[in-house]
Amino acid sequence: MSDPRVRPVGPYPISQGGWHEGGSSKAYVTNDWRLEKPVVDLEKCVGCLYCWVYCPEPAIDLLDRAGKGPSKVRIDYDHCKGCGICQQVCPPKAIKMVPEEEEVANNGSI
Amino acid sequence: MAQFESVQTRKSLLTGDEAVAHAVRQSNVDLVAAYPITPQTIIVERIADFAASGAFTGQFVPVESEHSAMSACIGGALAGARAFTATASQGLALMHEMLYAASGLRLPISMAIANRALNSPLNIHNDHTDVMGSIDSGWIQLFAENAEEAYDRVIQSFRIAEAVNLPVAVNLDGFTLTHSTEPVEMLSDEAVRGFVGRPPKRDSLMDEAPKSFGLMSLPDSYQFFKEDQSRATTGSGVTISQVEGEYVKLSGRDHGALKIFGSGSKVMMVMLGSYAGTARTTARQMKNGGEQVGVISLGWLRPFPERQFLDALEGVETLMIMDRSVSYGAPAGPLASDVMSLLYRYGIKRKVIAVTYGLGGRGFLEEDAMRLFRYAEKSGPSFESFFFYGGE
Amino acid sequence: MEGNSKLSQFQPVKSIFEINREERMAPGHRACAGCGPMIAVRQILQSLDVKPVVISATGCVEVTTSTYPDSAWLVPWAHVAFENSAAVASGVEAAMHALKVRGELKEERPVIALAGDGGTFDIGLQALSGALERGHRMLYVCYDNEAYMNTGIQRSSATPFGAWTTTSPVGKEWPGKAEIKKDIMGIVVAHGTPYAATASISHWKDLMTKVRKAVSQNGPTFLHVYAPCNRGWRFEPKDTVEVAKRAVETRFFPLYEVENGRYRITVPVAKPRPLEDFLSLQGRFSHLLKPENSETLKELKSIVEERWSKINAAASVQAQV
Ligand SMILES: Cc1ncc(C[n+]2csc(CCOP(=O)(O)OP(=O)(O)O)c2C)c(N)n1
Ligand code: SF4
Ligand code: SF4
Ligand code: SF4
Ligand SMILES: [Mg+2]
Repeated sequence: MSDPRVRPVGPYPISQGGWHEGGSSKAYVTNDWRLEKPVVDLEKCVGCLYCWVYCPEPAIDLLDRAGKGPSKVRIDYDHCKGCGICQQVCPPKAIKMVPEEEEVANNGSI
Repeated sequence: MAQFESVQTRKSLLTGDEAVAHAVRQSNVDLVAAYPITPQTIIVERIADFAASGAFTGQFVPVESEHSAMSACIGGALAGARAFTATASQGLALMHEMLYAASGLRLPISMAIANRALNSPLNIHNDHTDVMGSIDSGWIQLFAENAEEAYDRVIQSFRIAEAVNLPVAVNLDGFTLTHSTEPVEMLSDEAVRGFVGRPPKRDSLMDEAPKSFGLMSLPDSYQFFKEDQSRATTGSGVTISQVEGEYVKLSGRDHGALKIFGSGSKVMMVMLGSYAGTARTTARQMKNGGEQVGVISLGWLRPFPERQFLDALEGVETLMIMDRSVSYGAPAGPLASDVMSLLYRYGIKRKVIAVTYGLGGRGFLEEDAMRLFRYAEKSGPSFESFFFYGGE
Repeated sequence: MEGNSKLSQFQPVKSIFEINREERMAPGHRACAGCGPMIAVRQILQSLDVKPVVISATGCVEVTTSTYPDSAWLVPWAHVAFENSAAVASGVEAAMHALKVRGELKEERPVIALAGDGGTFDIGLQALSGALERGHRMLYVCYDNEAYMNTGIQRSSATPFGAWTTTSPVGKEWPGKAEIKKDIMGIVVAHGTPYAATASISHWKDLMTKVRKAVSQNGPTFLHVYAPCNRGWRFEPKDTVEVAKRAVETRFFPLYEVENGRYRITVPVAKPRPLEDFLSLQGRFSHLLKPENSETLKELKSIVEERWSKINAAASVQAQV
């Protein structure tokens, strides 16, 4: 048996008082929460940003982050949990939910 | 309050509470959030006076409870400010949850505790039930024997807290110290301001890059945080001594981790707080009469001054440990339990008599001290090792 | 307190395209799929150009966004406890002011206290009241998912009459929750709070405008945000926004604001949908749609109508003045 006084090495460094730089959760992937995934039809997408305003994650990437006008979107499949809200709120019905196993071309944006 | 400006650098007559309020006024404190409770009220009232007159330059937040007092101090400290509160008894109990939050977040917050008994039955008088209920909440716990010591320790508390990233409480006995007028030699405002300076830069909510404080920790990390905190507390004694060492240069007053009277006497009474003075006076008389009695008065309880305490045991046969609170159903009072576990851990054998006394303001006169010393000197093999002492 | 002068300029949200596109929340948090409160948090934070300090109360939003070492917050954030977000935020605000006076802080940030309905209506009510009375410049946001969700769907005083929760179960003797929802807006307004409003995640423009208006006030403000929880209310995650929308359209959750005591309904509902349209999407109300509970349903309908009329009356009185 090894010396019980030897402190095990934790999985991460311990900050004083348990703080951390914000935004670090991005490294945590939640893609295995999904049963279905949203697929965006970029032909139909009008860039209205509704899906982005309602996604709880956020798992909607704006193709035009810097702009001030309509922006088409791309799903962040590392973090999308497949809730289906984006499909529900999309005015032109540009998003459809497909079974997770289904292969989708072009990183989900067709 | 009106006369404070004329008495800054000379001996003035102040109650313990007033002395604490002056210490806060002088210490570049940014935020005081407090709620009144006897016998702490004068501290809050004086700071409010100072704020009203412009003598206190921080923000005074008259919160709606002690829980919110500590919560606001935590918020202030998270924003990088120097925060202070004061409470007692029921107020400390109501604050209990937040005491752990303050220490776990490693925030430098200072607090004065005007020690008072806890309900029920209701009692506004002095004992140590309040602080003993919070003794494991991760605060550095310092004790004052008189108003001047309370003043000195409050000033030092800011420096200590900010150096070790732990909250610091300064305990002063309710009424005995908080409401009795004593000569206190205050330092000049400039001297204190220079001594405390401004809080060193720390990670805060004001930082440009967003930081998250108070994250939830799972079993994979929680114990590491606690171990870290424990080491910091145990190791804080070095810093407390250093800070006091610097302060002594200004004030000439060195209270230390503990005060020993009658070093090496056969019987040593171990005490916390203002009643140590009575025991010391008695011991002096008895010593003059050839009796071998002395007093160890602890200035720190957390961290427990282990080395200093063990050093004081040379030649001592009996320790009479005096508790002003009860740990119901425990093998002894909380202070006695601390001392006994320290002795046992270091394999040091001494006769120990644990005495519970002075609850809810019950007095302690020289004759009481003498009776107890005599009991400790004489007690044979059948001595009672744990009892309540209630006087004549 | 003066605060940050830039913040005092209020600009209503006119178009979705003017909203700040720099994300204020990072993904990877552990909220359930389709979490309404997370939608609320995102909408609130995206509506501001400046980065506020957020003080979270214990609850779903806090727990799911802050598993060490992962934090989803891209704004300065802290959690201390369940019942004291208003008090912690008070301390932050006062401290900022003190540091500014000392010349150690350039600009004060807006302070947002963020708590669930339990952390607001129940255990945090005292701290909220204290902060409102003291007049700290802060926005207090209550995201209302109408129960203690983090601990497993127990009733709070925000849970509506008739709703099932794990501590207001439905049985022969109990109709679900027997008590009506506490009027938190009334309580807040009674403090003389300069600005208080309700909002719903379904009506993002109304919500974001209210956040901006609140942050521009030089004093305490309050936002009561309807934020459906699919786990606790028993509906499909995809319907979170729809449920919130129907709450508004059935007058179950009126959207209004109270500015210096003046009531204004911001989303008028001239022709309300039948309440059943809202209830039928949710398992927590399923028993109310059964014939044997028709009396309970009737009672709930009259509670909803009464609430609406009260607010409507307050708003019309103002309109006449
Ligand atoms: C003093 C205290 N009591 C109880 C709890 C347990 N607790 C944690 S979160 C919570 C419920 C939170 O409910 P709410 O504020 O509505 O937020 P939600 O989880 O619904 O988002 C409770 C009861 C606690 N953390 N602290
Ligand atoms: S399915 Fe849900 S999580 Fe995924 S992108 Fe759409 S709204 Fe976001
Ligand atoms: S809601 Fe639909 S149309 Fe609008 S941006 Fe998203 S995908 Fe495109
Ligand atoms: S239980 Fe409800 S409120 Fe909590 S994370 Fe899940 S969906 Fe969100
Ligand atoms: Mg809730």
